[in-house]
Amino acid sequence: MTLASDRMNEPDNKDPPQWIKLTQQQLRARRARSIAIAVALGALVILFYIVTWVKGPAVLVRPL
Amino acid sequence: MSVALTRAEPSIAGVGDYLELMKPRVMSLVVFTALVGFLIAPGHIHPVIALTALICIAVGAGAAGALNMWYDADIDARMTRTAARPIPAGRVAPGEALAFGVTLATGAVVVLGLLVNVVAAGLLAFTIAFYVIVYTMWLKRTTPQNIVIGGAAGALPPMIGWAAASGSLTVEPLLLFLIIFFWTPPHFWALSLYRTEDYARAGVPMLPVVSGGRETRRQILLYSLLLAPLGAAPWFMGYAGPLYGAAALVCGAALIALALRLRAGSGEGPSRRLFGFSILYLFVLFAMLLADRALQAFGGLLGHAAA
Repeated sequence: MTLASDRMNEPDNKDPPQWIKLTQQQLRARRARSIAIAVALGALVILFYIVTWVKGPAVLVRPL
Repeated sequence: MSVALTRAEPSIAGVGDYLELMKPRVMSLVVFTALVGFLIAPGHIHPVIALTALICIAVGAGAAGALNMWYDADIDARMTRTAARPIPAGRVAPGEALAFGVTLATGAVVVLGLLVNVVAAGLLAFTIAFYVIVYTMWLKRTTPQNIVIGGAAGALPPMIGWAAASGSLTVEPLLLFLIIFFWTPPHFWALSLYRTEDYARAGVPMLPVVSGGRETRRQILLYSLLLAPLGAAPWFMGYAGPLYGAAALVCGAALIALALRLRAGSGEGPSRRLFGFSILYLFVLFAMLLADRALQAFGGLLGHAAA
C-alpha cells in the first residue's frame, strides 16, 4: 500500500508538486464571480448605511 | 490498495449562470404581485424601506428558484424545456447551486427582518420553505395535485408585500392570495397539456400524465369557473372600484371562453392560447388593482383641494 503522504516523505522524490492550473475560461469566470460578490457586498453595506440614516434612532425598533 | 483523492473540477460558472438559477421570469412576476400588495396596503412607508422590501422579496424568490433547480437537476436533465439550465448543462455544480440558494435565502429573510419587519420576514421564510420542501421535494414527484397545493408558495408574495408595508395581515391580501392560488392550476395545466411527453419522460406525475388530457381540460374549466368570480371579489367586497371590477369581469369571461374552447377542442393551439392568456389575466388584474387605487388617491386629492 502506498499513500500519497509516504511518497512525499521519500527523500529521492524529485517530482514537483501538482497544482491545479486554471484555464483562461475558469480564470475569467472566477474573476467575474469575485466582482459580482464584491458588488453585492458593497450594495449591502450602502443599503444598511442609508436605512440607518432613514430610520434614525428607530433603526433598533422592530415591532412585530 | 490505493487511496483515491478526488478533487472537484474548478468552476466555469459565470455570473449569468447564477442569475439564471434565480429564474428571473418567475422572479419578475413575484416582484410585480408583491409590489401591488405593497402599494395597496394601508399606511405610509419610506421609499428606501419599500425598495429594501422588494429587493429582499426578489432575492428570496431567486433563492427558492436556485434551490428548486438544485433538487430537480435530475428531472430538468430529462426535459427538453429545462435541459439547458445551468446544472443539467454542467455549467454550475449542484453543490454551488445549493450554497448559493441557502446563502441568498438566509440573507433575504434576515435583511427583511432587520430592516423592514418581522411579519414580512417570517412570511418570506415560510414561502421559501414551502416552495422548496413541500412543493419541490415532496409534492412534485408524488401527486398530480402538486401544483395545486404547491401553488400556495406562488400566491404568497402579495401577502408578503402587504405585511412589509403595514406590519399586519387582513382579508384583502388574503383575497389576492386566493386569486393567484386558483389561477395556478389552469395556468400550469395548460402548459403541461402541450408538454405531457416531457413530464412523462421525467417521471413527474402532472395531471395530464396521470389522468389524461380529457380530465385535465375538465379540471381547467372547473378552476376557471371558480377563478372568474373570485377575480372580481375585491370589487364585490368593496376593496376595489369599478375600473377593477370591469376588467376582472371581462378577463374572467375571456378565461372561461378559452377554457370552454380547450374542453371542446384538441391539439396544442387551445392550450397554448389559454396558457398565454392566463399570464395576461393575472397581469391585468393586478395592474388594474394598482390603477384603481391610484385613481382613488387622485380623486381624494382633488376633493381635498376643492374643499
